[in-house]
Amino acid sequence: MDFDLSDEQKMLAEQARGLLARRTPYDHLRHLIDSDAACDEPLWRELAEMGFLGLAIPESCGGLGLGALDCGVLSQELGRANACLPFSSSIVMAAEAIRLAGSDTQKAHWLPRLASGEVIACFAATEGPGPLFGHASTLSGGKLHGTKTPVADAGIASLAVVQVGDGLALVPLDQPGVTRTRLESFDQLRPHFALAFDGAETEVLPGTGLLPTLLDRIAVQVAFEAIGAAEACLAMGLAYVKERQVFGRPLAGYQAIKHKLADVALAIELARSNAWFAGWAADSSPQDLPAAAAAARLTALRAFELAARENLQVHGGIGYTFEANCHFYYRRERLLALNAGSKGYWADRLIAAHAATAAKAA
Amino acid sequence: MDFNDTPTEAAFRAEARQWLAAHAPAHEMPQGVRLPEEEEADRGRAWMRELFDGGWSGLTFPKALGGRGLSGIEAVIFAEEEGCYHLPKGPFTSIGTGMALPVIARHGTDEQRARFIEPTLKGDMTWCQLFSEPAAGSDLAALRTRAVRADDGSGDWIVNGQKVWSSWAHLTDWGILVVRTDPTVPKHKGLTFFVVDMKTPGIETRPIRQISGASEFNETFLTDVRIPDANRLGAPGEGWACCMTVLMGERLGSGAHRSKVEPLLDYAAATPDGVGGTMLEDAAVRRQLAEALAEEQGERHFQARLRTMVSRGEDPGALAGMVKLAYASRYQKVSGLGMELRGPAAIAADPQDSFAPDLQYDYIYSTVMRIAGGADEVLRNQIAERVLGMPGEVRMDKDVPFDQLR
Repeated sequence: MDFDLSDEQKMLAEQARGLLARRTPYDHLRHLIDSDAACDEPLWRELAEMGFLGLAIPESCGGLGLGALDCGVLSQELGRANACLPFSSSIVMAAEAIRLAGSDTQKAHWLPRLASGEVIACFAATEGPGPLFGHASTLSGGKLHGTKTPVADAGIASLAVVQVGDGLALVPLDQPGVTRTRLESFDQLRPHFALAFDGAETEVLPGTGLLPTLLDRIAVQVAFEAIGAAEACLAMGLAYVKERQVFGRPLAGYQAIKHKLADVALAIELARSNAWFAGWAADSSPQDLPAAAAAARLTALRAFELAARENLQVHGGIGYTFEANCHFYYRRERLLALNAGSKGYWADRLIAAHAATAAKAA
Repeated sequence: MDFNDTPTEAAFRAEARQWLAAHAPAHEMPQGVRLPEEEEADRGRAWMRELFDGGWSGLTFPKALGGRGLSGIEAVIFAEEEGCYHLPKGPFTSIGTGMALPVIARHGTDEQRARFIEPTLKGDMTWCQLFSEPAAGSDLAALRTRAVRADDGSGDWIVNGQKVWSSWAHLTDWGILVVRTDPTVPKHKGLTFFVVDMKTPGIETRPIRQISGASEFNETFLTDVRIPDANRLGAPGEGWACCMTVLMGERLGSGAHRSKVEPLLDYAAATPDGVGGTMLEDAAVRRQLAEALAEEQGERHFQARLRTMVSRGEDPGALAGMVKLAYASRYQKVSGLGMELRGPAAIAADPQDSFAPDLQYDYIYSTVMRIAGGADEVLRNQIAERVLGMPGEVRMDKDVPFDQLR
């Protein structure tokens, strides 16, 4: 047994962390919010040039051909930086959907463009209030009708991967049958849109029955992203309580604060352990993926929820100001909690996976 | 990252499996019956002997001291394979191998090593732990049991005091004992460590009636107990360092447990929900079961990370306490959940419901898991201080001689 990241993966994390720390300090995030930016475009181009976008895209399609665990290492750093980038939309969701369900021609056409950053794609599933996957949109004769909302990063994207029923379709966004309406986004660094399709031209991805596996693979990346963000919250909270003096000693010396942050640290380590295993399962042991993805998802979002809330709490009143940095994560946590399947969905998936294992053993 | 055995590990596993298949079945305990404690302890000794004769004792213990000198990962593999059998293992054997041996190996003289190590590995010598006292639990160094030199020039020590929570003290041969030998110095500095023959006159063990109904823990009263100086481990005043060696073993040993959650899926599926289905279809039950499963998987994988660290010679330090902290609370939560999903019948179950008594016992016993071997609150402090670098607690007793503390 060797349960640790490889030296290469540790180097990758360090490289990504260093770059993101230099390019996207918190004041820069405040500037992006105030300027209503859709995406940190210079940073996106830089990530593309360094090969980060194509990390997990096959070499034959212009990527580096690395795996889900490698990509998870990068997702974790993007989560830590709270980056204003469409990485999860374009790479984690759309490119992965095309890789899983696309024809060879579709893969050969789109994946190199997504890997190079030349094309940005979004992933459209939800149809207003209700679950992640909406089911009212219709596709007939190649024409799509319906409304997908909210859709992250649809403003800067030129392509949407749209879930229709149990299948997936490609929809170029610059066409008369598509209307994009920008919404007020709770996560101010990830713009959201309503996409209305009125007979939009589509191209169906031929793979079928792949939504559960796609969502497993997305959940693994979101878990890594959440862990990176939770670690950032813990580091921020720790730095603050060690500095802040109350009643003649550092706030960090009070047991109420120590125990709170110890619980956050524990939640993060359990989540990290599950996420590593899920990344490994996605690459090397597909039969373990459903349970592993569900466990990673549930524990990582629990860790991030706790970390984001308690980070703001230990900051006290200053945490409620725009000048402090807690709010970026407090908002991002809700996005990650909601954009990749509900707690109920993942509970069902985890229990079903255990029941299946038990049935096999019997 | 690779979860499969390396070729060396696989070969070791195969060897262990083969040996266990030939020797373990004869030692298995009957299912669903609690044997008298004396018989359980005797069977434990017999299994220790079998392990010793087969060359499976003291796997990670240095060869020079009678062990096999293997790595932590091989010990884990053996424990996994051994765990496939229902064997007589418990504090009556693990306190000797997990606590007494490490402290004797590290702090003992050559003579003491020769005297205690092999008999312990063979199961001829079993051990209990005489650490906690009525007024010294998490704050162990506050202990009051006193040892003074005998005034007859023999060099012997005379011990008076009271110890508590000493598992199986009534059925074990020897005890590891920490006492105060100098009350005029700050409390951690005035302690000294001994091994003591439990048959020495003046030692009286009384069982404690526990909330579970069992009485495996004892109060141990020491009245003018004479201990030869040859049974002292380390120098006078070095008792705290010895305790730390013992307690490290306790932390790393905790947490190798079977799934507590999976059986609840079957139990829920066998419990009607009153509207034509089972409790496994109840959304609230599913959410809680899934959260517990996810946490349990996290603990298991976290342990795998710690084992990887150990196999590389790294010290997990306070990270080891994290697994125990997570496990103990989940154990309590999950056994409580198991009772809830069963409904009122979990309070007083049909005799046919063989799972309900286990759940009830777990719910009671889980309280001990949250206290023993590092209470939740102590572990949180350790994580905060050693992993997160937060300040230590305000200490009213720091640098104050023990006899001047209030």
